Amino acid sequence: MKNIILTFVILTGGFLIYGTIDMPAWGDPQSPANSYVSPRYIEQALEKTETPNIVTAVLADYRGYDTMGETTVIFTAAIACALLLRGSTVGRKESE
Amino acid sequence: MLTQIYKNLIVQTVCRIIIPFIQIYALYVIAHGHYSPGGGFQGGVILAAALALIFLAYGQDAAVRRLNRHQAVILCAIGVFIYAGIGLLCLLAGGNFLDYSRLAPILGVTIPRARSLGILGVEIGVGLAVMSAMYSIIIDVAGKSTIAAPRDFVQLPKTKRDNVGPAA
Repeated sequence: MKNIILTFVILTGGFLIYGTIDMPAWGDPQSPANSYVSPRYIEQALEKTETPNIVTAVLADYRGYDTMGETTVIFTAAIACALLLRGSTVGRKESE
Repeated sequence: MLTQIYKNLIVQTVCRIIIPFIQIYALYVIAHGHYSPGGGFQGGVILAAALALIFLAYGQDAAVRRLNRHQAVILCAIGVFIYAGIGLLCLLAGGNFLDYSRLAPILGVTIPRARSLGILGVEIGVGLAVMSAMYSIIIDVAGKSTIAAPRDFVQLPKTKRDNVGPAA
């Protein structure tokens, strides 16, 4: 069973690394993100979102849904820690 | 387990002086975060640092007496709920999810002001969630408090008593 799981993990990791081969070079000015998305944010953020700070406009407005996901990730981390470390109190006295 | 409190007059006095300033700075970072560097994540972590300082200087019981682990998890959920709730409010007002401009008629302000207030509300939700998540992880890792956490989440005990909350 462990070997099957390990195989799946290695396969998934291999596919992810294979997927990164097609990514544009880091910081490439001709990449789609740099040639369409960033100029659009910089030029139109003020008139479209009416927020004077571009970082805020991207974080909370264009990608507000993403930021909500980040908050949920932190919430999930707290819940996971609570579930793992607090243990079950069923049938056990709470103090000590 | 940190049952023995490390009592040190210098550490405790410095902490008592510095903790209010840390908390005010955290509130400043959250409140100004949407128009200047900062924001909910950073401010929440600074608030959690203030709670961690209480934890380290005065011991686990002193920290848990202010905010116990059940309340921390509930606060964390409330933070996420504030964020999602503001998004849903925009949805109910007829816009897209998290389209803050739709809050303008509800709040009775101009659209830029409504966007600013909407983002501020979202940042407060993030700050609350981050602060209580960090604090919850700190007390989970540190071990069990000698104060029994009340099961029914109501009033924290002022003194150490055996009959805390209803017997399960």
